[in-house]
Amino acid sequence: MAVLVGRQTRLLVQGITGYQGAFHAKQSLDAGTAVVAGVTPGKGGTRVHDVPVFDTVEEAARETGANACVIFVPARFAREAALEAIAAHLDPVVMITEGMPVHDAIEAVAYARRQGVRLLGPNGPGVTTAGQCRVGIMPWHLFTPGPVGVVSRSGTLTYEVVAGLTRAGLGQSTAVGLGGDPVVGTSFVEALEWFGADPDTKAVVLIGEIGGSAEEDAARYIARSLKKPVVSYIAGRTAPPGKRMGHAGAVISGTEGTAEHKVAALEAAGVAVAPLVSQVPALVRTRL
Amino acid sequence: MKLHEYQAKEVFARYGLPVQTGTVIDRPDAVRGLSIQYPVVVKAQVLVGGRGKAGGVKLAKTPAEAEAHARAILGMDIKGERVGRVLVVPAADIEAEYYLAFVTDRAARRVAGIASAAGGVEIETVARESPEKIARLDVDPCLGVPSFVARGLGRRLGFSGTLLEEFTRIAAILYRLYWDEDADLAEINPLARVGGHLLCVDAKLVLDDNAAYRHRDLPPSEEMTPLEREAREHGLAYVELEGDIAVIGNGAGLVMSTLDLLAHFGGRAANFLDVGGGASEEGMQTAIELVQRKPGVRALFINIFGGITRCDDIARGIVKRPPRVPASIRLTGTNEVEAREILKTAGITAGIDPEEGARAAVALAKGAGGASGSAAKGGPR
Repeated sequence: MAVLVGRQTRLLVQGITGYQGAFHAKQSLDAGTAVVAGVTPGKGGTRVHDVPVFDTVEEAARETGANACVIFVPARFAREAALEAIAAHLDPVVMITEGMPVHDAIEAVAYARRQGVRLLGPNGPGVTTAGQCRVGIMPWHLFTPGPVGVVSRSGTLTYEVVAGLTRAGLGQSTAVGLGGDPVVGTSFVEALEWFGADPDTKAVVLIGEIGGSAEEDAARYIARSLKKPVVSYIAGRTAPPGKRMGHAGAVISGTEGTAEHKVAALEAAGVAVAPLVSQVPALVRTRL
Repeated sequence: MKLHEYQAKEVFARYGLPVQTGTVIDRPDAVRGLSIQYPVVVKAQVLVGGRGKAGGVKLAKTPAEAEAHARAILGMDIKGERVGRVLVVPAADIEAEYYLAFVTDRAARRVAGIASAAGGVEIETVARESPEKIARLDVDPCLGVPSFVARGLGRRLGFSGTLLEEFTRIAAILYRLYWDEDADLAEINPLARVGGHLLCVDAKLVLDDNAAYRHRDLPPSEEMTPLEREAREHGLAYVELEGDIAVIGNGAGLVMSTLDLLAHFGGRAANFLDVGGGASEEGMQTAIELVQRKPGVRALFINIFGGITRCDDIARGIVKRPPRVPASIRLTGTNEVEAREILKTAGITAGIDPEEGARAAVALAKGAGGASGSAAKGGPR
């Protein structure tokens, strides 16, 4: 079962002929993921790692039965790529692309909602279901199958947490990367709904960061509706107000978006919040 | 990127919005040459908010008074920002003040229109104290803000007759400006009634940096320090902080948690540079060069967890540009075995544990060269 992707996933890679697209298509193939098609306009008829490349998503999906999509194209083409994948009803559509204009993301998100397609990113690491399927850029060797779901706005922190869980002997169900941009396709609340409904997930690690109010929204949802234990870590406790901390979304403005506020909201919802990333696995163990 | 009021007003005027225009000057005596109707208002051009309360906006009845105000305001420090220019505008006889803005709503993942008949004050204050005075509009990006939508918003503020039609036009244009210029925020506060007509007395425009490539005519950003600007030109995210440990990491979340780790062990970051996803060998060399250039940097902490970034690319960059200051290196993830080999050949060691690496970096910055039991120390002195 797990969340979003699994053995049933037949993956289409947009931008498969590029440096990152080719590299990560290979990594996914090596992980046993069914990478069935690539799309690069103008390069139809070629092959990358023996995967057939098409000019359009529609053609690729028809010929190969692709049902999910990952996007590696440069930022200025990302809007087109996302709309094309959504129009073809691939689900999920996972956007790795960094630096996408926010208005382009707003359009992609609106269209995905209208079509009922689940969209991850932009500026995210993708989604990996341990032992089953790798979509995006997460290092596969870190994962081991098990009961812990992971959801995060940060790619590299997802790797830290997954590596820590594996070292502690705690396997993962699925790791979902939401992306670090101000407007992304999926919120913490939606990801928590998926984990809540997934019989393979017994506990969830929520990795948040300063800025915005997504963690506070998640806290409200957890208190109200989630029956599974949640452990959290919030990055940016020592960040000064008013500075964008790398992620366009990660900026404290006034009292909004501070780590203290998020930690307090999560703790009030019964979430165990780890002060250091390394303390996450021990907290998960006590709650499983 | 935030624009100054005078820059935002230029954009507003280009779109046909009724703006109160004036002249920008950077020397007090430049007031003398202005052909402008008195009284005037002298307004500090700064990117931080709250300039009025800080004494950066003054009314002047005569040229002599205006020059005195300009002299006082130019060079003034407003929340750490030095005033380099003032805008001199004819004073408006304001009959009523409204608020109108379009802003990217992160939580709703779309655009919000915000309007109020209680303008001229901070909208956050209105939202807190009398939320019923704020009219919100959720914009469907497929629909935008055609006149009927803008008119509906105007009706909610109580407009009718010719003022309603003026408001409708302004709101529809402001949305088009917000969308076409790739703004995060386009704000008019106050949108004032002057002589029975609506006038944009102030203008605020914050643009999306990611979309800068499709707006080549933009003025250079004044928000960044020279090093921050240089990093951006190389496609790197660099931010200056107050401490003495330079930080290079990949991914904003990891970098933030790295700063938190340094603080946990009693250290402080001097700056950080996020080499982002898929950093190249060259990018890493530039990163090492840039972070060390800030005065007062005593140690460097490189914390990389490779996903899309390949550790061997990072390692080659480090070998080609060995840090001048003592460095603690933590490297793990994609291609980490190759990376460790590359570093080893150059006599550089790297650890895999972030906490050990952070502890070592703090010790290095404090001058305690041989950090206790750490394998994460590297780089020639």
